[in-house]
Amino acid sequence: MTSDSILTPPSQLRGGVGAGRWIGQRLPRREDPRLITGRGRYIDDHQEAGTLHAAFVRSSVARGRIAALDTSAALAALGVVAVLTAADVNSPSHQFWHTVMGPGERTPGRVLADGDVRYVGEPVAVVVAESRYLAEDAAELVELEIDPLPPVVDVRAALRTEERVHPELDSNVAEALPEMEIPGFAERFAGAAHVISETFHQHRYVCVPMETRGIIATWDPWTQQLDIVLAAQGVHEPRLFYARMLGIPEDSIRVRQGDVGGSFGQKMFPMREEHAIVIAARVIGERPVKWIEDRIENLISGGHAREESLKIEVAVNNEGVLLAARAHHLENVGAYPTPGNGANGPTAAGMFPGPYRWGGPGSVAYTSQAIYTNTCGHCAYRGPWMMETVGREQMMDVVARKLGMDPLEIRRRNVISRDELPFTTPTTMVYETVSPAETLEQAAELIGYEQFRRDQEKARAEGRLLGIGLSLYVEPQFGFGSLGTEAATIRVEVTGKVTVYMSTGGHGQSIETTMAQIVADEMGVAISDIRIIQGDTQITPYGAGTAGSRTGAIAGGAAHAAAHAMREKVAAVAGRLLEVSPGDIEMASSVAMVKGDPDGPKVTLAEIAAAAYLNTDALGPDLEPGLEVSKRYKAPQFMFSNACHAVTVEVDRVTGQVRILRYVISEDCGNMINPMIVEGQIAGGIAQAIGGVFYEHMIYDSDGNPLTTTFMDYLLPTAAEIPDFEYGHVVTPSNTPGGYKGLGEGGAIASPPALLNAVSDALAPLGVTLTEQALSPDKILTLIDTAG
Amino acid sequence: MPELPAVADAGTEVDVALTVNGQPRRVRVEPRKTLADSLREDLRLTGTHVGCEHGVCGACTVLMDGEAVRSCLLFAVQVRGADITTVEGLAPDGAALSPVQRAFREHHGLQCGFCTPGFVISATAFLAAHPQPTDTEIREGLSGNLCRCTGYQGIVRAVRAAAAELAATEDASGRKGPA
Repeated sequence: MTSDSILTPPSQLRGGVGAGRWIGQRLPRREDPRLITGRGRYIDDHQEAGTLHAAFVRSSVARGRIAALDTSAALAALGVVAVLTAADVNSPSHQFWHTVMGPGERTPGRVLADGDVRYVGEPVAVVVAESRYLAEDAAELVELEIDPLPPVVDVRAALRTEERVHPELDSNVAEALPEMEIPGFAERFAGAAHVISETFHQHRYVCVPMETRGIIATWDPWTQQLDIVLAAQGVHEPRLFYARMLGIPEDSIRVRQGDVGGSFGQKMFPMREEHAIVIAARVIGERPVKWIEDRIENLISGGHAREESLKIEVAVNNEGVLLAARAHHLENVGAYPTPGNGANGPTAAGMFPGPYRWGGPGSVAYTSQAIYTNTCGHCAYRGPWMMETVGREQMMDVVARKLGMDPLEIRRRNVISRDELPFTTPTTMVYETVSPAETLEQAAELIGYEQFRRDQEKARAEGRLLGIGLSLYVEPQFGFGSLGTEAATIRVEVTGKVTVYMSTGGHGQSIETTMAQIVADEMGVAISDIRIIQGDTQITPYGAGTAGSRTGAIAGGAAHAAAHAMREKVAAVAGRLLEVSPGDIEMASSVAMVKGDPDGPKVTLAEIAAAAYLNTDALGPDLEPGLEVSKRYKAPQFMFSNACHAVTVEVDRVTGQVRILRYVISEDCGNMINPMIVEGQIAGGIAQAIGGVFYEHMIYDSDGNPLTTTFMDYLLPTAAEIPDFEYGHVVTPSNTPGGYKGLGEGGAIASPPALLNAVSDALAPLGVTLTEQALSPDKILTLIDTAG
Repeated sequence: MPELPAVADAGTEVDVALTVNGQPRRVRVEPRKTLADSLREDLRLTGTHVGCEHGVCGACTVLMDGEAVRSCLLFAVQVRGADITTVEGLAPDGAALSPVQRAFREHHGLQCGFCTPGFVISATAFLAAHPQPTDTEIREGLSGNLCRCTGYQGIVRAVRAAAAELAATEDASGRKGPA
């Protein structure tokens, strides 16, 4: 298949040639042809001859002492090359910190369990053999005896007990955001007409990418080079991490990623299993060592998320105007959270005010505690701090109900409007280009809010339980510190092909499509001439990784900057060839011409490139030969998109089933590079939230045993559970190049409270107070039976 | 021939002859080796993905004598003589996408793409059995496959579109539509 046939746009192009030709189009993805035909190259598709395969021996006990660990039978088994334990693998010199967090994390680091175990699933030994089948056979021959100790499973118990998840530490508190002295804060509550308090709970649910984690590591003892192929969200952070962990030079490590089958935060930072494989590869030498996680491992040890509560106290006047809030966030971060101490409270604190005014500076106080338990550690999951929105948006409905006000009306009275921008929130975030009021009105109109209220009235009279839920949020993209920059290197090759090396680590975000759309427009080249390369530390520029909804604005900014610089370079050579000033050159579809003279002389990008590389004497002394440009974009510290979700449901009071009737999203992510991809990102996040609220629940028993360890128990939503979504777009361009904003996480942030508010609204006539998830049918029936 | 490690043939392997994507193939496998692993490792057809290894996620779905089956739940020795179609067999030279594949691309039916081969195969089998499906039938017909990226929006749209295209093609070729 030629690249042109892959890339022909489906619809008539808007306008003429030049800027805006590709940006804004619902262009089908350039990634798709290989992925649809089974020719993608995911981690397990790398099958180099001589590869060894690894399997882990894991703890079956939540907390205990390792009484015996005998690997001799496993080592003697057919095809086994090595069986490694903590004695072979762990080292006091290992460092485990991540660039974004910096050193100094409280969580003790270790690769394999040493002396004791701290959660079910903790890796204790790794078996390396000629095939995965043989590695798993031998893993069963490792004799592991554990003397159990009382486990710490529940966060409240963890705060009271003398037992320590990490005996090295003096408490089970991983991290805390203490109370801050805010002058006059207590008076805001004392003088308020109403003070309303509620605590909202969120259960543990997890990322579950369809491709599990995986790594292939090879140590070449002759060149002292470590080669890593990783299922990742970027290659540069893993290289930095392993250079630090192993104490070897950064440039002795090469990390690559191919196609990656989803991640949602889980593959952002390598975890202990990957560390063990890297070390095993170094110990064994020369042969690639591969580990492909199985699904049970992924569910019990791949990193967990959520399981937290938010206690909110709100001061409000008789008109429903929010005056002040205090909130306390309590998180269960498990035993070995990643990165840092796994605490999301500090980020949630900044975002808690969301799209509302509150009472100005000093009107919101937020404290948090992240607690270690003998369970699988926290990892990042799409909008890790989202409890602030989950709690706040449910609280809005609680306050509205207490005041006898409609949830739409109370939001209207508090939402920040466009004429208040720039707006500084009580937590000192500055919103410049958000549109919460517009998205609220658009969502209300799209879902037919007023009409639904009338329909609901009628349905209630018939005994049917209909409900509507709203949720407003502001989604941050962080551009500070190591997250503040991404880069693009563009090479126009000798034949005029355009190769773009991006710092990103795409794993489903369509980066090969969106970045090509930007470069095609900015340079004026045919999109079929562009190839996007990412995911190889040897050839791509440094970047923090594709995460935090940062790609559109920050990597997009880099693509803009590099393409703009390249356009000028190309124009300079074209000007020389056409004997006009570079400023008079116009470029479209890889052809340069003189502005305003469409029938005049032309020169193709291939001819320009040939001149730049091969006919350098003709360029003259003032033009640099070749066509290569590298640009690094520095983003603002904070960028914000926003949206409103509106959903209607019907609850079956006999079965406890919740049916989603309609789901509407009004989103403002600024200018859209590709609206199809924007909507796809929103949809994916909402589906994960529908799963989280109604179906997915990672359950531990009181002994710390995970009970939902297969897809028979941990239920993901299927096409039968997810309705069609309806989208509205408000476009408020950002102040960054191209006017884009990130939106990758928002779908998963705003949807749980929208769904919960809808169910709560449906059950309101029965006197049900809803503060907990997951809403399985039996949970709904229990709520109905115990209400009133 | 390069030296094989001793474990490559421990004396328990058996020969299995089968047809894969229209070609006669022969693999030598341990009896416990799954069809998915054999396709991926022995025949290097890595388009068939393994997502759960316990028969729920559907990423490993292939056609066996025209029926959608989970290749992680079958041993290679069980498919002796069978006619297997993998995702690679739907567009053999990568040039001509099948109607289902084309629709997945046009309707944004994939993001990371890992579940996609399983969906494409399942949808192909589903549409062969249900040429004019309702929306509910599509959603139920696809409920044996899990996708974590798309929220199924583009997938359902794609299957709707492929059904319409297949129906139009049948009409044009003068064949009788389904009753």
